[in-house]
Amino acid sequence: MYDFTYAKPATIADAARALTGDAEAKALAGGMTFIPVLKQRLNKPSAIIDLSALGLAGIKLEGDKLVIGAMTTHGAVAASAEVKKAIPALAELAGNIGDRQVRYRGTIGGSLANNDPSACYPAAVLALGATIKTNERSIAADDYFQGMFTTALNPNEIITEVHFPVPQNAAYTKFANPASRYAMVGVFVAKTAGGVRVAITGAGQNGVFRHAGFEAALAKSFTPDALNGIATPADEMNADIHGSAAYRAHLVGVMAKRAVAAAM
Amino acid sequence: MVVDGIGASVKRKEDLRFLSGRGNYVDDMNRPGQAYAQFLRSDQPHGKINKVDISAALKMPGVVAIFTGDDFAAVGGVPCGWQIHSKDGSPMVEPRHPVLAAGKVRHVGDPIAMVVAETKQQAKDAAEAIVLDIETLPAVAGLTAALAQGAPLVHDEAPGNVCFDWHIGDKAAVEAGFAKAHKIVRLDLINNRLVPNAMEPRAAIGDYDVSSGEYTLYTTSQNPHVIRLLMGAFVLSIPEHKLRVVAPDVGGGFGSKIFHYAEEAALTWAAGKLQRPIKWTADRTEAFITDAHGRDHISTAELALDAEGHFMALKVNTQANMGAYLSTFAPSVPTYLSATLLAGVYKTPAIYAEVKAVFTNTVPVDAYRGAGRPEATFLVERIVDVAAREMNMDKVEIRKKNFIPKEAFPYQTPIALQYDSGDYMATFDGCLKAADYAGFEARRRASAAKGKLRGIGISTYVEACGIAPSAVAGALGARAGLYEVANIRVHPTGSVTVFTGAHSHGQGHETTFAQLVSEQLGVAHDMIDIVHGDTGKVPFGMGTYGSRSLSVGGSAMVKAMDKIIAKGKKIAAHLMEADVHDIEFKDGKFSVMGTDKAKTFGEIALTAYVPHNYPIEELEPGLEETAFYDPKNFTYPGGCHIAEVEIDPDTGTVSMLNFTAVDDIGRVINPMIVEGQIQGGVAQGIGQALLEHAIYDESGQLLSGSMMDYTMPRADDIPNISVGTEVTLCTHNPLGSKGVGEVGAIGSPPAVINAVVDALRDYGVRHVDMPATPAKIWAMIEAYQPKMAAE
Amino acid sequence: MPQISLTVNGKPASATVEARTLLVELLRDKLHLTGTHVGCDTSQCGACTVQVDGMSVKSCSMLAVQADGANVLTIEGLVNADGSLHPMQAMFREHHALQCGYCTPGMVMSAIDLVETHPEGLSEAQIRHGLEGNLCRCTGYHNIVKAIAAAWPLMHDKALPVAAE
Repeated sequence: MYDFTYAKPATIADAARALTGDAEAKALAGGMTFIPVLKQRLNKPSAIIDLSALGLAGIKLEGDKLVIGAMTTHGAVAASAEVKKAIPALAELAGNIGDRQVRYRGTIGGSLANNDPSACYPAAVLALGATIKTNERSIAADDYFQGMFTTALNPNEIITEVHFPVPQNAAYTKFANPASRYAMVGVFVAKTAGGVRVAITGAGQNGVFRHAGFEAALAKSFTPDALNGIATPADEMNADIHGSAAYRAHLVGVMAKRAVAAAM
Repeated sequence: MVVDGIGASVKRKEDLRFLSGRGNYVDDMNRPGQAYAQFLRSDQPHGKINKVDISAALKMPGVVAIFTGDDFAAVGGVPCGWQIHSKDGSPMVEPRHPVLAAGKVRHVGDPIAMVVAETKQQAKDAAEAIVLDIETLPAVAGLTAALAQGAPLVHDEAPGNVCFDWHIGDKAAVEAGFAKAHKIVRLDLINNRLVPNAMEPRAAIGDYDVSSGEYTLYTTSQNPHVIRLLMGAFVLSIPEHKLRVVAPDVGGGFGSKIFHYAEEAALTWAAGKLQRPIKWTADRTEAFITDAHGRDHISTAELALDAEGHFMALKVNTQANMGAYLSTFAPSVPTYLSATLLAGVYKTPAIYAEVKAVFTNTVPVDAYRGAGRPEATFLVERIVDVAAREMNMDKVEIRKKNFIPKEAFPYQTPIALQYDSGDYMATFDGCLKAADYAGFEARRRASAAKGKLRGIGISTYVEACGIAPSAVAGALGARAGLYEVANIRVHPTGSVTVFTGAHSHGQGHETTFAQLVSEQLGVAHDMIDIVHGDTGKVPFGMGTYGSRSLSVGGSAMVKAMDKIIAKGKKIAAHLMEADVHDIEFKDGKFSVMGTDKAKTFGEIALTAYVPHNYPIEELEPGLEETAFYDPKNFTYPGGCHIAEVEIDPDTGTVSMLNFTAVDDIGRVINPMIVEGQIQGGVAQGIGQALLEHAIYDESGQLLSGSMMDYTMPRADDIPNISVGTEVTLCTHNPLGSKGVGEVGAIGSPPAVINAVVDALRDYGVRHVDMPATPAKIWAMIEAYQPKMAAE
Repeated sequence: MPQISLTVNGKPASATVEARTLLVELLRDKLHLTGTHVGCDTSQCGACTVQVDGMSVKSCSMLAVQADGANVLTIEGLVNADGSLHPMQAMFREHHALQCGYCTPGMVMSAIDLVETHPEGLSEAQIRHGLEGNLCRCTGYHNIVKAIAAAWPLMHDKALPVAAE
């Protein structure tokens, strides 16, 4: 790791100022991805701005929206009675990110800001049509994800909360990479007031994406069989030592059917 | 009667320190005035070093010194400990393996420079400031590419990248068998390349004492005396009396810590130059590209059978990847540790094997748990299953028909080995019963009802361990003796310290060996200490590998204790005024036979050190004995493993449901430790069969270079592992023990793959190469479907 | 360089560290608590697991400065004042759940957290799944799973409910 200065500001304004004043400064949330990256010397920040003292952790239900603070850990989401009641699929998803130790420190805001193409949360945020609140604005999920490790966030913009509309039904199924246990294919299916939304993580070359074919079919009939014969183009899928693009495309269908069955 | 002697599941002595965080691993140690080393390593598989510019790096904060290949031009290369001769009698090609790369880099991870600095981070910072000018050369990573016509050469002195082209067995007899065969079954197999990944990364501290001129190397080794010999005599020319090698608590080895590594020599040498201790600890990422890998064989096997299914002859052709340089025991692995085991548990009368060892631009490949014997067992047990299917025979029956019967021991195989004892039918029947083989069809139907494919796989195996009689090993190419040493020091109050040349890095020697001593000398456990891992304390030793510690190291202890008892009898005879022939030693007492006169072991020990009333004319005072034990033969553990798997045809995922092992490892000292060894070995075998694969791309980059991409078995990948034993005793060592360290890793991979192939019986699958990953299984199922549609 | 103060195994500790210092480096190199091990550099192996404010974390993936003011428990702090072992340590010994001992401290710290956070009981499958953040290369996990199941009743002072599955 290269050395850096460290600051733990007490207000969002101070944190934003620290990040704005130094182009090489980087925000630190849970650090479960970022610290390993630093250890490999793949990133050389001048300063680390620790967001843990900004009071951004917490879960609350506001009308028909579940509001999760950006610094809320995966473990807290998984264990939350409110999440389990409002969107059990989200608790289930959070409870299977990384491992127990990672879930105690990894945060929803950190995961979304990083937008790892095989992270789980982006699938939930996109399928549920969540809204990402920052210190500057609100960003709709459909506008937020812009390809792997790329988001609509301005440099040094800080996520503060994520607002999830409570769906009628939802489920997430993940086929884990055997080695890293990140999602090789993760499918989040949600039946919401605004229609059926299906988001796929892990599989696509450009990170998380919505599956229009699945959505249309499920809008007609919210059953696993409705997905029969609906192809996922392999040429848009990742391929690596763990599986070909064709295999991932196939798994998208299998995992989607299982998610629908679980959501019914 | 000793309650915690042979056969008791005594809780381990070493656990208390490990469980309370008081283990003493190399990275836990620090020497006064210590500096830190960082190795700058090649990120290119093959390249010509034009320039290594250290000028800027030398000016970085905290830098003490930077060494490059030129600094090591005058010292020896890292030696290979085993020499193989090719078919034509020529010795293997043995290119120099420089401590730091000289002239060329030959694999990703090849060390180019060593930076020594005041802190770890400063050493890393400075290593990054070294400017390299390396001209990329074309590289070869895989066996097929390396053997292709006109392939780039890893070493100019090895034409065609061939290290040796060796053979064993009676070719004419095999051809005759094939000529008469009713059926010939042919199978191509790949034994997948593995990364050992002991949980403790390698670490070392080089130290030099200016006043005595003595060097000390603290290192994560399975055999400190071997490291002293190789590094002292061949690399650095430091005589043994000025070189001490200490391997304290070591966090797992599995073979990867047998070998002498370049870092050990570099640190020791530099400690002398700089006259201060230097410490280095590998990152895991560094371990992936520097620790010797395992396996990586490609084989073709042909089995000739008569009409009744008797094996008539076996012919095998193997290519073995050696990597970029010859690691310590690499040449022995595909040859004498593998091809000689191709008889397996079967009375196949004629066997012929050819092995071509090949250089590639990859990390050196050497022994990994099982070392050659898993490769042989995988080949034999796979082709037997294929033969059963193609002969329309039951896989149980074909095995029973061909087993070496227990009456046939000692049994001379057609390829060099003489098995001393075994009862393959007993372990086989025991395992079939324990695994409820008879009830499998019902379980298969239950799985099918859920849409899952269930399969059962059998593997039977024999291995040669104990390595070995020195004379035999020497004749086969070993450049060292292969005995073991024990020194038993009885203290005046009757407590005992045992100095053993075996090394424990998880095997629980401090407990098992204490049980041996307790049994034989009648001394309580808490009065016995086992000391290992320090050439400054232990007289000599060859270390721990090849499942040899008990059968060879334990036997040395028995011999040393025999000498202690013999001397004790003389002292007792003197004290009790009896003839020495009338003294018997039992349950810790020397007594005069037929009388109630007796002296305790403690009394005799005290007398030996306080010789007031003592036969001083005939006997020296003191009670300490040393024994070297050189075995008469290898030992031959054998057994049967049965795996049961379930495949999800939608995803290709293989779930391990049950695993049953029934092994014959000879006499068991501590059943608890034995079970643990087998379970751990089986888990590594399941890892090889289903999960683990070191994959290089064509250019020589390691794609599975971290635990993010190399699948280590986790708790939910492994089932409960049922372990049973059937005992036939080894006939040629005093304990009757055969060894247990490797059986799990040897027997299990073919059981798992046979189960996977069995599960895929309706999909036209004849063979699955390891690892049977979901993607691979799904592709096989997918490939079959068009045919089904066409029917 | 940042100055930090924290509680380690019940005792106050303070140190001056580079900001880039990892918690595990603070523990091992500055506080000489070498029971916490490092087995990988990609957060897979869990050998470095300690408890920070009651939660098991991988101390190789946390900066020392992030632990400023925290309460840290390491394997060395588990042994009772009278030298007796924590029930999890005792059951690891009883069931031979360790061989080389390298993964053991992290495995024990993680297992304690697993049992503490499952007062309703733990099935074998839950134990195996709950260990996904810890690697062991020696034991094949069989005896680790047994040891954790055996420690559960000792830590909750009641019998382990039989899993309903």
